[in-house]
Amino acid sequence: MAGLRYEAPNTVDAAIGLLSEVAGAKVLAGGTDLLVQIREEMIDPDLIVDIKRIDETRRIEITPDYVKIGAAMTGAELGENEELAAMWPGVIEAVELIGSWQVQGRATIGGNLCNASPAADSVPAIIASGAKIVVAGPQGVREIPAEEFPKAPGRTALEANEFVVSLVLPVPPKRSGDAYLRFIPRTEMDIAVVGAGVSVSLNEDGTCASARVALGAVAPTALLVKDAIDALLGSKLDDVTLEKLDKAARDACNPIDDKRGTIEYRTKVAGVLVRRTAAIAWERAQKQNG
Amino acid sequence: MLGRGHKNKMAKHSVTTTINGDETEFNCDTHNTLMDVLRSELHMTGTKNGCGTGDCGACTVIMNGRSVNSCLVLGVEVDGAEIETVEGMAQGGTLHPLQQKFLDHAALQCGICTPGIITQAKAFLEKNPDPTETELRFGLAGNLCRCTGYDKIIRAVLDAAAEMRANK
Ligand SMILES: Cc1cc2nc3c(=O)[nH]c(=O)nc-3n(C[C@H](O)[C@H](O)[C@H](O)COP(=O)(O)OP(=O)(O)OC[C@H]3O[C@@H](n4cnc5c(N)ncnc54)[C@H](O)[C@@H]3O)c2cc1C
Repeated sequence: MAGLRYEAPNTVDAAIGLLSEVAGAKVLAGGTDLLVQIREEMIDPDLIVDIKRIDETRRIEITPDYVKIGAAMTGAELGENEELAAMWPGVIEAVELIGSWQVQGRATIGGNLCNASPAADSVPAIIASGAKIVVAGPQGVREIPAEEFPKAPGRTALEANEFVVSLVLPVPPKRSGDAYLRFIPRTEMDIAVVGAGVSVSLNEDGTCASARVALGAVAPTALLVKDAIDALLGSKLDDVTLEKLDKAARDACNPIDDKRGTIEYRTKVAGVLVRRTAAIAWERAQKQNG
Repeated sequence: MLGRGHKNKMAKHSVTTTINGDETEFNCDTHNTLMDVLRSELHMTGTKNGCGTGDCGACTVIMNGRSVNSCLVLGVEVDGAEIETVEGMAQGGTLHPLQQKFLDHAALQCGICTPGIITQAKAFLEKNPDPTETELRFGLAGNLCRCTGYDKIIRAVLDAAAEMRANK
């Protein structure tokens, strides 16, 4: 009878070696999903690989060209980084919505992404930011566009023995802004009925130069909504644009019916929420003259 | 203990940590959470076992300056960490202002949520010494009181915060 092993390697390579050694080994970041799943006997791994002692997973690097966020950075840590919060306020507000203070002290951005809940709060905001997910494995390092990372509830684009080391976000150009809103029946400590992430960059004349719109909790995975992006491009967020955006969001929905919301309700809320999120992103972009 | 205990027979860890300022060593299995270690190994039963899934906050402790649910931390993970528990709050015979105000305001009924709430309030006030009531309510959103005595808890913490600011 084998024991449940725990290892906390210091390097990416050592972590890959350990993941390759034991079938079904599990990565541990903040444990706020993983340890609950073990307790509830949903999973029964033979090895836990704690990635928090690997330097690359535990730092924030801000350069003129990109922002790199270690996968094992917690919500509390990310929220305290003012430079990051000024660049990507929507990503940070999404990460900070995860759980209570106690959960914030542990829950990581990489764990939220890799757990692959359709309702994970940070994922629509990460997709809207245009992030790339940096993945390391036995074959080396590769980057996956964030919208291609979640594959199904609980399943991601990670191949065997790979793990997420960091997330790379672009440095937003002048006149850019992003936002994330979620709708929950309570005011705190609940799972999103709908989550919406929007990022926009404006031209000098105030029209939309580029945009990304993502929805969570309305389909098996968070979605990048192409038609919603097309609705925004070139526009000034007038009523006609907002109506098109609303419709594009509703058309993209393929939600479940559950105690938190029926299909009809989630679909309707998705349209409303995406309008509100776009308005916030827009306002932030107008204030951001770089 | 997490999951099935049978697996852990061969995975003993020797862990060194600082708890309430004292260097502490303990042995644990991978399956043992920090909450299990505190309560069963170190007999520090001030930290309570509530839901075991991070929802209720009864097991809140402070780890490296941040509050966490000790039911969602493995014992082996705290090697080298600094832990503060409710047992470390009173100084000798003098209660911490939060503890004293909980008594003054009768902010507890059955008491099982109290150590977790006091510990969370301490961590919260360190970051936000002068909170609005709304900020405090969000700060304590991860702590459930099964007697639903929330209002007195809020009054006690706000009063303690005022006293702590005055004594600075
Ligand atoms: C009380 C409570 C409230 C919560 N509220 C919210 C909420 O409001 N919104 C929300 O979205 N979530 C919520 N959650 C869920 C959870 O906290 C988040 O999903 C969190 O971000 C998970 O991060 P973690 O670091 O704790 O992940 P872990 O539990 O460590 O890991 C989660 C999963 O991802 C894998 N994994 C982790 N990191 C990596 C990596 N770098 N590479 C590969 N695989 C990896 C693990 O193996 C595991 O399968 C809540 C949980 C609790 C207990």
